[in-house]
Amino acid sequence: MKFAKLLVSLVLSMSVTGVAYSDLVIPSLEYRTGPYAPNGIHFADGYADYFTLLNERDGGIGGVPVRFLPCETAYNTEKGVECYESTKGEGSLVYQPLSTGITYQLIPKATADGIPIHSMGYGRTSAANGKVFSHVFNYPGTYWDAASIIVKHILDQEGGDLNGKTIALVYHNSAYGKEPIRTLEKLSEKHGYNLTLIAVDHPGQEQKSQWLQIRRERPDYVMMWGWGVMNQVAIQEAANIRYPMENFIGVWWSASENDVIPVGEGAHGYKAIAMHGVGDDYPLYDDMRKYVLDAGKAAGDGSNLGKVLYNRGLYAAMLAAEAIRTAQELSGESDITSEQMRDGMEALSIDEARLSELGLPNFGPPIQVTCENHGRPGLGAIQQWDANTANWSLITDFTGADREVVDALIAEDSAAYAAENNITPRNC
Amino acid sequence: MTPDFLNTIEVILNGLMAGVMYSLVALGFVLIFKASGIFNYAQGVMALFAALTLVGFQTGQIPFAHLVNEIFGTQIHHWGPGMNNLLAILLTILVMIVFAWLVEKLVLQHIVNQEPIILFMATIGLAFFMEGIGDLMWGADLKTLDVGIPSGGSFWWEDVTRTWVSEGHEYYGMYIDLLDVWAAGIAVLLVTVLTLFSQYTKTGRALRAVADDHQAALTVGISLRSIWVIVWSIAGIVALVAGIMWGSKSGVQFSLSLIALKALPVLILGGFTSIPGAIIGGLIIGVGEKLFEFWIGPLVGGATENWFAYVLALFFLMFRPQGLFGERIIERV
Repeated sequence: MKFAKLLVSLVLSMSVTGVAYSDLVIPSLEYRTGPYAPNGIHFADGYADYFTLLNERDGGIGGVPVRFLPCETAYNTEKGVECYESTKGEGSLVYQPLSTGITYQLIPKATADGIPIHSMGYGRTSAANGKVFSHVFNYPGTYWDAASIIVKHILDQEGGDLNGKTIALVYHNSAYGKEPIRTLEKLSEKHGYNLTLIAVDHPGQEQKSQWLQIRRERPDYVMMWGWGVMNQVAIQEAANIRYPMENFIGVWWSASENDVIPVGEGAHGYKAIAMHGVGDDYPLYDDMRKYVLDAGKAAGDGSNLGKVLYNRGLYAAMLAAEAIRTAQELSGESDITSEQMRDGMEALSIDEARLSELGLPNFGPPIQVTCENHGRPGLGAIQQWDANTANWSLITDFTGADREVVDALIAEDSAAYAAENNITPRNC
Repeated sequence: MTPDFLNTIEVILNGLMAGVMYSLVALGFVLIFKASGIFNYAQGVMALFAALTLVGFQTGQIPFAHLVNEIFGTQIHHWGPGMNNLLAILLTILVMIVFAWLVEKLVLQHIVNQEPIILFMATIGLAFFMEGIGDLMWGADLKTLDVGIPSGGSFWWEDVTRTWVSEGHEYYGMYIDLLDVWAAGIAVLLVTVLTLFSQYTKTGRALRAVADDHQAALTVGISLRSIWVIVWSIAGIVALVAGIMWGSKSGVQFSLSLIALKALPVLILGGFTSIPGAIIGGLIIGVGEKLFEFWIGPLVGGATENWFAYVLALFFLMFRPQGLFGERIIERV
C-alpha cells in the first residue's frame, strides 16, 4: 500500500515537473543585498517587472508564460556561479549576470552548456566577436564603445582637437574598471591627449588621495568607470574640490540617480554615457502601472519606475523577450530551448517601428545583431544631471564609436582568446 | 615655500583627517575589547545599523514596512514627515542602548567564560544578523544622510595657504574638507568625554576595574552584566558617530559596514586596549597611506592605500606585537 502511494506521488510530481518545464525559464542573477544592493535592486525590479507585465497582459510570450527564477548573488562571483549551476537545469534560456566578474566565469561554462549569456554593456568586450564567442552577446554596446563615444563627445566639446589636453580615468580597480584602458590608450595615440590613470580600490569609500591628485594635476576632463559607493564618493569629492561637473563623464554604470542624489546641488551638470532613454515618459509605463504596480505584482514598491537602472533592467528584459519571439518565429515552436534562444539572439532585429509598437518609442537605437557581431549597434548618447529638477536628460543624439580603433582591438583580443582556448572561429 | 612642499603638507593634513575617520571606527572596537576581551566583528555593521536607524527616524520611515506590506498586502512606508536631527539622534542612541541590552541578554550572557574564539564567532553571527535585520527594518536602498554638518573644501583655508607659496609659482591653495575638520573636532570631544567618564565617574572606574581584572572586579561587587550593557551601549553611540560621519560622505548603504576593514590596521598598530592608541594609530595609518600613495603610488599603478595600511601594521607587529599602546601580555608557565 505504502509502495503504491509512493508510486502515485512520484508519477504526480513528475507530471507537475513536466508542466513547469513548458514555461519559458528566465533566471535572474540579482543582488538585493550586499554593498552594491542599491543599484542591483533597481535593475532587478525593472528586469522582473517587464516579464510580469508580459505574463499579466499578454499571457507570456507567444502564448507561453515566463517562469522567472531570481537568485541572489550579492555581486559575489562565487555566489553568481552557484546561482548559475543551481538554475541551469531548470531549462534556463538566457543569463544576464549583471557583473563582469561573474560573466568572465560563466563564459566557458555557459558555452559548454549551450546557454547564451547576455552581458548588456558589460563583461568581456571582445565577446562582441560572434565568430569566437558563439554564446555570449553584449549588445547594444560594449565598454570600448562607451570609452570611444565619451572621447568623441570630448572632441566635440574641444572643437575636434585634443592635442595637449589631459584626460584622467578614475576607475574601479578590478577587471571591470580596467576594461577601457587599452581603448583610451589607443585613442590617446590617435588624438594626442595625455591619459592619467587613477585607480580606486573596492569599495571606494575613501578616495581622498585620488581627488587630491586630480586637484593638483587639473586634468581637462575626468572619466569614471565606477560602480556602487565608488560613484557617489567620487562625485562628492569632485564637487568638494569644485571640479567642473560638465567635464566629469561617467560610463553607463556610473550614471544612475543613486550616484548623484546623495551629492545634492554639487552634482549638478555631471554627465554620463547612456545606452537607452531616461525617465518614464513612455506608453509602456502606462501598462506597467495598470497591470503590474496597481495589481500589486511589482518586484519592488514601484518607486523606482523610470530611474536609470530600472529602465536598464527593463531594457534588458525587453531585449530578452524580443529574442524569445525571434527564436519562436525561427524555430516554429513556442516552447523554445536555450540553443534556439541563442539563435534568436543572433537574429535579433529591433527597429524604431518595433520599439514604438512595444510602447518604447525612441527608447534606444535600432538593434541588428549578426553572427559575426554580437555587440551591435555600439551606440551611446550623453546624459546630464539637473540637480534642480532631479532629472537626467539626453543632451546628444545616439552616436557611434570609433570603429577603426574599437574593432581592431576586438579582433586582436578575441583572436588571443581563441588561441588560448583552442577555439576555431565560426564561419559567419 | 615651493608648491611641491605645500602639496606634501596638504597630503599629510588630509592623511591626519582621514586617520581621524578611521579612529572613529576603531574606538568602538577598543571599548568592547578593553572591557570584555571580545573582538567585536560586528562593529562596522553597528555603524551601518545606527546610521540606517537615524535616517529612518529622520525621514519618518516605518520599520519593517516592506515585510508588513508583503504579509498583509498593505502599502505603508512612512508615518509622517519625520523628525528633527536632535530628536532622531537621541532616539537612535536609545535604540543602540536597547540593542546593547539585547546583546547581553541573548548572546553574551550565555557564552560568558567561553574561549575568546567562541565570543569572536558569536560577534560574526551578530554581524550577519544585524545586517539582515537592518535590511528588513529599513530596506537596502541608498539613503541620503544630512545632519547639518558642513562639507566641501574650505575657501578660507585655500585663500590663506595660497599666499604661502614662493613668488613665481602657481598654487591653488591647500585643500581641506570641512566634514573632516568637523569629524576631527567630534573625535577630540568624544575621546575627552570618554576619558573623563572613565576617570571621574563611579561607572567609569568600574569599567576600568573590569578591564583590569574581571575576577577581582566581581569580588568587590561589580556586576559584569551591567558593565557589558554599558560598554556595548557606549560602543553603539561611537558607532553612531562613525556612521554619521561616513554616511554623510557617501550616503547610507550597506557598503558602510566595510569601513571596519579600515579600522583593523589601526587596531593592530595602536593596540586593542588603548583609546589614545586608536587615535594615534589612526593618525599614523592615515598619514602613512596617503604619503605612500602620493610618493610611491604613481610608480606602482596607484590604489595602494588598502594594502599599505596592513603592511604598515604588520611592520609594527614585528617590533611591538601588542601595538604601540597595547598591554603587554606575559603568560607564565
